[in-house]
Amino acid sequence: MVLLASVLIISVGICADEPELIVFCAASLTGAFDEIGQMYEDSVEIPVILNFDGTQAIRTQVEQGAYADVFVSANQKHMKALMAEGLVNNDSVVLFAKNSMVVVVPKDNPASIDSIDDLANPGVKIVMGTKDVPVGSYALLVLDNLASDPNYGPDYKDKVMSNVVSQETTVAFVVSKVALGEADAGFAYQSDVTSELSKRVTKIEIPEECNVVAEYPIGILEESDRFDEGEDFINFVLSEDAGAILENYGFQPI
Amino acid sequence: MLEIDLHKRLRDFDLDAKFQTEDGEILMLVGDNGCGKTTILNMIAGLLCPDSGEISLGGETLFSSDFNVNLSPEDRNVGYVFQNYALFPHMSVYDNVAFGLKARKHSKEEIGRRVEDQLKAAGLWEMRETKVIDISGGQKQRTALARALVIKPSLLLLDEPLSALDTRMQVLMRKELKEQILQCGVPSIIVTHNIRDVDALGDRLCFLDSGKIVFDGEAKEAIYEDILFKES
Amino acid sequence: MVSSQFRQKLGTRLGKRRHTKYKPGILRLGLGLLLILVGAFLALPVLSLFLKSYAGFSLQTLKDPMVVDALSLSLFTSAFTVVVVVLLGTPISYVNSRFDYPGKEVIDSLIELPVVMPPAVAGIALLMAFGRMGVLGQYMNAWGLSIAFTTLAVVVAQVFVSAPFYLRQARISFEDVDLVYEEAARTLGATPVYAFFHVTMPIALNGLISGAIMTFARALGEFGATIMFAGNFQGRTQTMPLAIYTAMQGDLDVSLCLALILVALSFVVIALVKMFTRRRIPRHVRN
Repeated sequence: MVLLASVLIISVGICADEPELIVFCAASLTGAFDEIGQMYEDSVEIPVILNFDGTQAIRTQVEQGAYADVFVSANQKHMKALMAEGLVNNDSVVLFAKNSMVVVVPKDNPASIDSIDDLANPGVKIVMGTKDVPVGSYALLVLDNLASDPNYGPDYKDKVMSNVVSQETTVAFVVSKVALGEADAGFAYQSDVTSELSKRVTKIEIPEECNVVAEYPIGILEESDRFDEGEDFINFVLSEDAGAILENYGFQPI
Repeated sequence: MLEIDLHKRLRDFDLDAKFQTEDGEILMLVGDNGCGKTTILNMIAGLLCPDSGEISLGGETLFSSDFNVNLSPEDRNVGYVFQNYALFPHMSVYDNVAFGLKARKHSKEEIGRRVEDQLKAAGLWEMRETKVIDISGGQKQRTALARALVIKPSLLLLDEPLSALDTRMQVLMRKELKEQILQCGVPSIIVTHNIRDVDALGDRLCFLDSGKIVFDGEAKEAIYEDILFKES
Repeated sequence: MVSSQFRQKLGTRLGKRRHTKYKPGILRLGLGLLLILVGAFLALPVLSLFLKSYAGFSLQTLKDPMVVDALSLSLFTSAFTVVVVVLLGTPISYVNSRFDYPGKEVIDSLIELPVVMPPAVAGIALLMAFGRMGVLGQYMNAWGLSIAFTTLAVVVAQVFVSAPFYLRQARISFEDVDLVYEEAARTLGATPVYAFFHVTMPIALNGLISGAIMTFARALGEFGATIMFAGNFQGRTQTMPLAIYTAMQGDLDVSLCLALILVALSFVVIALVKMFTRRRIPRHVRN
């Protein structure tokens, strides 16, 4: 009993002393921020701990009291919500990258999708994000844009929506279901089609006038007691080195 | 008439049983625990398979290793009163006794008639709706016997039918048991290790020792000659 | 009245008087404290659920289509799962309880596997087997049969993870039915099938029912395998746990409402299981 208590106390003590940066990050940035985090760690020797999930998921965690220093969102909506709730240091928030949507299909293209028109064909199995996860709400925006476009019309959107068979809570699931060949098509980010992934999926482009620009804000949380380190990290993310990594992964640094 | 000639290899010894029982005759099967008495009953009933041999009842072959005959238990028409009775615990007295007739698909009227007669003869009619887990030891014994008799078996097997009862009940039930069996008129085999049972019930006696029959003759003779107490 | 002289003599004859080494009072205190701690730990999350939702809860939430769809889908699929598991599992459990056969060890381990396997792993495994590119799935797909993303997939996932609960319980219940009852039935003229339905099953029934209830509860709560294999689509594959997870990230009220319903259902399950395992039929006594 005494031994257990002392072990607990010592481990808490160790945690309190070591400086580290906890970053909650949108899932679509997984590859990019793994590299950015590593690079930052190597240069300043502060461990960077990354937690990736759908933006709405990490937002809920923060709202429910989870501790983090930096928050990276895949859309403005969730960041603004956190700001309105007073959970984010408003001055620290800055946009750092852009992304856009794309449709992905499995390499062997079981439903023979050559353009987004084919998404409305009967029997096509489409996966997208839930309406709360950014990749899902962006997809809905894209479809709305297409509905307003005379080339496609509201009929097109209805047909596509009726082909949706599953709504995933993170873009990672959308992509994996398409890569596994379970779904015929999925709405994902341009950045998702890495060189690794393009071995298993093919991109189907969305007409530029209907596509959305996903804007990624980054900010420091009010609860953080490492404001300086957080600021330093954000500056790094805005730097050219990080920008190069983001470009590699298909994002457009701002 | 029952004729058996069975051989079975058991864990500690080989079991060889050869004897016959006439109609209306009560054969007592006696021996120490583990000598194979219950095994013989189970083989006759068809619950266990002998290694070789023959069983014939009333001219009909129930089992024959030579001719590859092995009737299932439900086709042998053998009434079996198990040690501790094996009354179906989820059923009433009535349903227990009626079970065999229902399983054989007799008509409702016939079942009703025969069960009523049997229960009344056994003095169980008043408690026919009572669950068997709620009745006394003596009543359980009567129910088990009634259940076996109502199907009009060609042979009656009883495994230590009185051992679960207290001494007073045993005395009472011995008389009743004998009457019921005689009324039935079929060959009966009773397994017991109680001398008083032999005395009161048995016509003939087979003494079993480590799977071999070492005595086969009149019950009175066995008691007179102290067979039961001889060292093997 | 015992004289002191006598007491002295008694003392020397009994030898030195000993005291119990531990203090019973302290032991009781420790155990009592432990009980309270564990009880509080288990009760707190459930209580918190009620407390937090009380503020924002309204009967209106019950009418929310997400709630209605999830509730009816969950109840329907779980009930269907129980039917499938009971129909197929009862004969299997009976065979396992009475007979030995080559490979029985393997079958037993396979039956235990879904319990030990993390649900997410089960989900991936099901995809690998029955998915479009799956080992079996690719042939099924050629025949126009694809299960992933359908309500059938939900049932498949639920059956996979919850069947062991019934199989185990049914086997134990059948083992508890003394063979002699079946033997008695056979001598009375019952075929093995007749004996099974009229003697074995009624005696084992309480255990079978409690096994079915546990299967229902496990199927109702299934999440990982479902979300992987069946997907997440309202009305078709979004069962209550999936709806709770999805809604939590957007509409907390819906999430809490569903969570409350599931908690209430859990209590009902516990009460039912207790009820059915209490009434036990006495075993047959053998000498």
